[in-house]
Order: sequence, then C-alpha cells, then structure tokens
Amino acid sequence: MAIVTAPTKACAVNPLKMSQPIGGAFAFMGLGGAMPLLHGSQGCTSFGLTLFVRHFKEAVPLQTTAMSEVTTVLGGYENLEQAVLNIYKRAKPKIIGICSTGVTETNGDDVDAYLKLIRSKHPQLAKLPLVYVSTPDFKGAFQDGWEKAVARIVEVLVDGPNASRLRDPSRVNVLPGCHLTPGDLDELRVILEDFGLSPSFLPDLAGSLDGHIPDEFTPTTIGGIGVGEIADMGRAGWTIAIGAQMRRAAEVMQAKTGVPFRVFERLCGLCPNDEFMTFLSEISGRPIPLKYRRQRSQLADAMLDAHFHIGGRKLAIGAEPDLLLDLSDMLSEMGAQVTVAVTTTQSEVIERIQTKEVIIGDLEDLEDLAKERCCDLLITHSHGRQAAARLKVPFYRAGFPIFDRLGAGHQLSVGYRGTRHLIFEIANLVIAHRDKNDQPTPDRWRTARGLPLCPGYRSSAGATERSVA
Amino acid sequence: MSSLAARVQDIFNEPGCAKNGSKSEAERRNGCTKQLRPGSAAGGCAFDGAKVALQPFTDVAHLVHGPIACEGNSWDNRGAASSGSDLWRTAFTTDLSETDIVFGGEKRLCKSIKEIIDKYDPSAIFVYQTCIPAMIGDDINAVCKAASRRFSKPVIPINSPGFVGSKNLGNKLAGEALLDYVIGTREPDYTTPYDINLIGEYNLSGELWQVKPLLDELGVRILCCISGDGKYREVASSHRARASMLVCSKSMINVARKMEQRYGIPFFEGSFYGIQDSSESLRQIARLLVERGAPTDLLGRTETVIAREEAWAWGAIEPYKPRIEGKKALLVTGGVKSWSVVAALQEAGLELVGTSVKKSTKEDKERIKELMGHEAHMIEDMTPREMYEILKGAKADIMLSGGKSQFVALKAAVPWLDINQERCHAYMGYVGMVKLVEQIDNSLSSPMWKQLRRPAPWEALAKAMEQMQSPATALADPALAEESRRARKICMCNKVDLGTIEDAIYAHRLRSVEAVREHTNAVGGCCQRRIEDILASEPSAMRQAAE
Repeated sequence: MAIVTAPTKACAVNPLKMSQPIGGAFAFMGLGGAMPLLHGSQGCTSFGLTLFVRHFKEAVPLQTTAMSEVTTVLGGYENLEQAVLNIYKRAKPKIIGICSTGVTETNGDDVDAYLKLIRSKHPQLAKLPLVYVSTPDFKGAFQDGWEKAVARIVEVLVDGPNASRLRDPSRVNVLPGCHLTPGDLDELRVILEDFGLSPSFLPDLAGSLDGHIPDEFTPTTIGGIGVGEIADMGRAGWTIAIGAQMRRAAEVMQAKTGVPFRVFERLCGLCPNDEFMTFLSEISGRPIPLKYRRQRSQLADAMLDAHFHIGGRKLAIGAEPDLLLDLSDMLSEMGAQVTVAVTTTQSEVIERIQTKEVIIGDLEDLEDLAKERCCDLLITHSHGRQAAARLKVPFYRAGFPIFDRLGAGHQLSVGYRGTRHLIFEIANLVIAHRDKNDQPTPDRWRTARGLPLCPGYRSSAGATERSVA
Repeated sequence: MSSLAARVQDIFNEPGCAKNGSKSEAERRNGCTKQLRPGSAAGGCAFDGAKVALQPFTDVAHLVHGPIACEGNSWDNRGAASSGSDLWRTAFTTDLSETDIVFGGEKRLCKSIKEIIDKYDPSAIFVYQTCIPAMIGDDINAVCKAASRRFSKPVIPINSPGFVGSKNLGNKLAGEALLDYVIGTREPDYTTPYDINLIGEYNLSGELWQVKPLLDELGVRILCCISGDGKYREVASSHRARASMLVCSKSMINVARKMEQRYGIPFFEGSFYGIQDSSESLRQIARLLVERGAPTDLLGRTETVIAREEAWAWGAIEPYKPRIEGKKALLVTGGVKSWSVVAALQEAGLELVGTSVKKSTKEDKERIKELMGHEAHMIEDMTPREMYEILKGAKADIMLSGGKSQFVALKAAVPWLDINQERCHAYMGYVGMVKLVEQIDNSLSSPMWKQLRRPAPWEALAKAMEQMQSPATALADPALAEESRRARKICMCNKVDLGTIEDAIYAHRLRSVEAVREHTNAVGGCCQRRIEDILASEPSAMRQAAE
C-alpha cells in the first residue's frame, strides 16, 4: 500500500501533467472521419496540436472555436455555431467531438444547450453526431479527459438494446486506456483474432495514428472506429476495459446495453497476461493457441536474462496513473525497487502501487527525490530528458509525449511479446549506460567506507548543488 | 483590462509598419489581425507569441500564470540555443486549480515567485498572464511590482493573455513589456563604437553563431540580442547600442522603432538568410555604425570579409547546382522568410513554383515579385488539400515549410524540408546557405523516393492480371477493347486514359515519359512508372486499334 501525497508548493516546475481537453480530443482521434474541436482560445488548440504532431509525426486534425476576449465576455455560442458549420462545410466530418477548456468553463458556457440550439437552427446537421464533453483545464489531467470522453462517446453513440438484433458472442468490445499505443492495439487485435474473436476498439488509435500512408488527403482523422460500428457495440458478447480509467466507460456500456465487462488494470508482465489469456480462452471457448504458449516461454526466458540488469535497480518513475501502475509493477516483479513514483492525478489504482509513497506532482519532485534517493533508472515521458541528463542515469521514455525519439506510436508493452520487447529495451539501456559510464577502475573502491554510493553521479558535489545553471 | 486594450490599439497603430501605413483610418482602428474564423483557424495565441519572443532569454525564469494547459502542453518545444544558463528550459507554472479560480490566483503567484527565487535565484522573473487569470481579474502588474520590491529582483509582467489576439500580436506585446520594464534599466560595463542590437533574432538551432564569428572578426559587438541567447543584463543595457538590426520584421518592429525614438538608435531591416542578404546586412551594419561615429575603415574591412565569404559560399554551392538546377520548389511559410528564402533558393538554381504570402506585408510581396517575376505564384491562403494536390500532381519537386504541414508533403511521397522554428539544422549566414543547399540536395536525390512511389506488389499483380486478360478480350470484341482502353485511367491527376496515351505513343512514335508528357495531358509524376510500363510493353493491340 502506498501513501498518496501532494506537495504543498505553489509553483509547479517542469510539469509532468498535461491538460484534460487534449486528453479528451485524443480520444476523438481514434474515431473514423472525426474532427476534434476545442472550445476555447486558439492557443489551447495550437499547443495541443503541436504536441500531438511532435509525438506521432503525423498530421493531426484538431480545430478551435477561436474565442477572443470579446466573445469570452459575450458567451461562446456564436463561435461554436460558426466552428461547427465551418467544419461541416470544409472538412465534411462523420463526427465532431467537442471539448471545453478553462476559458469557456470559467465563463460558464452551456455547451449542451448551445448544441441543441444549433441543431434546431441548422437542420442540415441532423445526421452529424456532435459529442460534447466537459473538460476544464484547471481540473484533472490528460488521462481524465480521455476517460470522460470515452464514457461520453459510449453514452451518446452506442445504441440501446434492440430486440430484433441478436447478440454475437464472437464480438468483443475493447476499451483501451490512453496509455496504450497504436502498436499495442495492433498487438491486442492479433491476440483476440487468434482466439476467433472479432474486436471493436473504442477509440481505435491504431486506425488513425499508426503512421500509415492514406490514398487520399483528408482533413479529418484518416482511420479509426466508425460511428456505425460504435452504435453496434451493444451486440458484443463482452467488453474488455484496459486500465482502471476505462472502468467508467465499461459501466456505462453495461448499463446501456447489458454487455458484461471485465477490467484488466495491467497487460504488461507475465501474470497479468496469464489472466488475460485465461479469460480469452474462457469467453471464446478455445484453448490458448500454441503461439502464445511459446511466447509465454520466451517472456519467461527474457525475464531470466534481464533480471541481472533490472533487479535491484532503484527506479524513479513519473507517469499517468494507469501507465505508472503497469510499468512500475512489472519492473518491481522483476526485482527493481520503485523508489520514487510521481503521477498526475487521483486514481483508485495509485495506492495499490508497490512502493511506499506516490506523489501527485511534477518532474522537479521526481528529479529531486531521484537524486536524494540515488535512483539509477528513470522512466517518464520526453520532458524528463533534462532531468536524465543532470542525474546521469539511464532514461527510458514512456507515456505521452515522446517527441525526441521516433516510433512512439509503435512502442509495445502489452501481451507476452510486448512485455518481452519492453524488458529487453530497458535492460539494454541499463547495459549501455553501464558500459559507457561505469567501467571499473583501480581506484573505484577507494572511497571512504560508509558513504552512500550513488552510481552514475558519484563524482558530483553535494546534494545541495543544483545543476540548473 | 482597459490599459491592455489601449496597448493593443497602440500596437495596431504602428507607424513603422508599411502595411499599416497604407490603410485608412478606419481600417487601422480595426487592427491588423484578421478576424479568426472559428473552425478553420490555425496558429498560436497571443500568450504563445509572447512566450516565443521572450523565452530565448536564457538566464530568466519564465513563470506562466495559468492552468496547466498553457505551460504543461507547450514547454521545452523550441530549439533556441544557449551559450550559458539552461534555466530558460525549466518550466514554471502556477498550475491554477478550481479553488484558485474561485478565490483568485494572486496569492499563489506571489508564493510561486518567492519559491523560484529561493530555489533557482534567476537574474529576473518574467510572469506571463493567460486567459483565465485575466478573466477573473488577477492583477499581475501589481503582484510583480510588489514582488520586485520585496525580493529586490526584477519581476516583469508580460501582459499578453491568449485570447487578445494572434501570436504576432503577442510578439509585439512582449516587446512592449521589454520597453516598459527592462530596456534602459541598467548600464553596460563598457561601450564601444561597434555595439549593435539584434532585434527579433531567436538563435534557433544556434544559427546566430553561424554569423557571430564574422561580426567578431569585424570587431562588431552584439551588445544585446532580443532574444536569442540573450541575458537579462544585456537587454536591460541595450539602450547604449549604436545601431540595431531588425531581423524578423514582423515580430518586433515596435521595439526597434521605439528604441530609435527614445534612445536615438537607428535601425534597419535585414536578414541573414541567403548569400546576398547576408552581405547586404553586414554592409548596413557597417554603414550605420560609421554614421554613428565608428572609424571609417570598418566599411573597407566589411567589404573584404564579404568578398571572401561570398567567394567561399558560391564555390561551395557550385557542385550542387547541376543537381538542383531546374527543380521546382513550393515554399509555404510566412512573412520575412518568404522573400529572404526565395532569393536564397534562386541562388541555388531552384525554380520556385509558388510561395505563400499569408503573413507577408505589402513590401514583402513587392520584393517577392521583384525576385520571382510577375508570374510569381503568390498563395494567399493554402489549405492542406490544395497543397497536397500540387504535390501529388508533381507540380513541385520539393516543399519547404513549417512543421505543421510537413506530413502533407511526406504523405504525398514528396521531399520536404523544415524551414521553421522546429527545424534541427541552422540556415543562417553563408555557412547556413550552403547547409540549406546541401540539405535540399540530400532530400531531392534520396533514392528512397523512387522506392516509395513504386506500386505495392498486389497492385503490380493486379495490373499483370488485367494485361493478361485484355488481349483476349481485344480479339473477342474490338469495341469492348476500345472501351476498356478508354476507361482505364493512367494519369489520375489529369484524368488521362490508356487509349489516349497509347494513341499518342503510336502516332508520334514517342519513346520517353517526357515526350508523352508533351503530347498528352498526362502529368508524368505519380503516373511516371505506369507510362514507362506502357512504353516498354507497346502491345500489338494498340497498333491495331490505332490503325
């Protein structure tokens, strides 16, 4: 059991957190022909857009209602109306996903009412789904925005029970958390299909942001789950939610359609995947395919080979709650000590993380504590690069955004195979770092006894010295 | 709020701006930012602009007073380089929560300033206002004033909340803050007759350092650069410079003009992009300094350096010219970059098929016309779809633009080069120009493009199947064969069918794709390979049909 603390400082330094609205918009990006729209000033969209583009190296659809000072005072109805009409005319989307921002939440725009009015004034929009989710910047974090948006999509777009349409037990709904990459979704799709199941992913980022080259240019998303397929999700035999953040959407699905669900909080590591495979075998009525028996054995072997390098490492990790749980538990099962854990927002899972304390804080907290507690492995998103350089420890990039490395969309962590891959990546980083920085010398052990050894930055001066200069 | 509105009006009334000068009184009052269209707007907000303009000051703590979105979503995303402190890359934000919005965020701001001073002891703190605290009425000017006094440290309010306007307006509001609170507050340790300011230069990818050695050689000292690799002390004492060069004319013209007004520092607009532009800028610097009393030998020394550097640069570009000559480029960028890069590309022998002039002033446009001739294809506002069509239709061999449109080019399998702020190569000065040409050549001559334009194996197989079937149908029914020949499109862009191309090949005895291009409407870009195949196969059915 971990104690959850939040530092009392007034100023966040080097934020780990990103805002709710772009987390919500991210969920809409997994829908086919979608245009996410942030109801706020144009900077809200521009910053988010740049962030996504740098992470995925892809064109990303994201629009703004371009609120100005005056329209903020007068209310945002006209801007929202114009934005919806403009997008409808220019981009011809199949769906528009609208997220509010801090500006429009502070002045209290009633977007639900606005949408009703817009629909009554413009009958041509009758068939265009408009999904609105409230995501103020000043509350929660990226993951919360995603969680709310997916729950809202289920609520608005999934058809209720219909007597004439039978349930199809081979169909499965998958609700992935925002910590899964398009590569992870592809991996899951293959696994499910190998059990003879046909999955519907909501949202399906693997369709839109997996980095494929479309035949034609489209201003909206270039793939993802279609509105029709979402409507039909009530016919599935099961809903699989991945990450605790998706429990809410799964519950909404069950309440609306009666489809039972199961939440898998983790899909990285040996035991979580054993559970997952057993479950798939049960619901499909098929034995676990030979391929996965082999992959399990490969993972076991990878763990044997890598535990020499990962075991005993003091891990400093900063990530959103579900990713934090998944990665830190997997590594602690390999023998690493989760020494510093920082996250962005409240969640039911964080107190179950196998460490003493989880801090809801920023990368300054992560860096300071990592230094104080002599951590020798750092995992966080790309913004950790400055801290990693100062700490001089191996740094594995995980989460969002990863803007200074390629292939962020294809980073794997799920399944036996994905876990194997991830373990090798981290172990190799540790090995490379040791080769480069920690070669034995004749004087290596000539330090005074009793001083704590901080490998990597043993040579740096006292703990009071800050290396910001 | 009223003072901010007045400030915005004041900026719109910029006499130094050529575009503004040509407007009527009423137009001028409306301001220079076009009303943004909700749902089809692009670009950053005024806060973004202010932050971009000032963030390259390296030893300053940049504190963003707002919710997490403003800083959390955007920090550490610019490639400016620093010769000293890394403090500018550390993100500070008050991360306002719901409680702060209800009770006001001033207290948190004040505490944040104290924390930063205690922990990091920066030369100064710049406090950026954002939309939400502006809405709820946090008075950052008052907080900064009080904090400056209490901590005896410059704490500068940058009043540029996002919703007041565009990024460009934010640049200027940032400039105003410097004029109000920073410039002229300190004295330099010493001055020389060769002191200059660079205004609107951000040292992206460290490109300033491609030019600085030449200035050093001439004995010209950059007293202050606003703001690339700048330091607080330098900008505070920048009023003692003898002359200024305005590098990015759009972003900080108000700073240059007001410094001329207040401190009598003459300025000129110049650019270090391109060989001739670099030479011209060096000459102007020398001329202004000599006019302000520097020894006249500076002029001669400058000419010597220019002659040497130009000779070197032309020599270095020479080997690339035959490889690049006649290749067509599409340039999509804003303002000063469009004409300064046009000149640069033409020096390398590239032919420009179009340039965007969305952010350019009337003067910029004139210069483009001068450079590209009257047929210059000036694009006011290009949608990504139009860009894609131009590229896919092989009307351009390479696109140069900012990062946001890069995927339009790459997905059309057309070479692309980043010439905006996120780029990783530096293109300034003589060295930079050679680098740019080298990069263009690298990109154009990559063997990868040929592979990527190849059809996938299943497409090739499908075509082979089709060809195997067509002679059989041709023998069976000539009319049907003719119809299928006319139905099969070869050039997708201009909708030219197989029949037309085959007829042209036979009638004019064509042997190359270029020849086919001349005789038909086929573009020969994405369909180049398909035409090559037709030329290679020259099926007998075609001859029969033509006869």
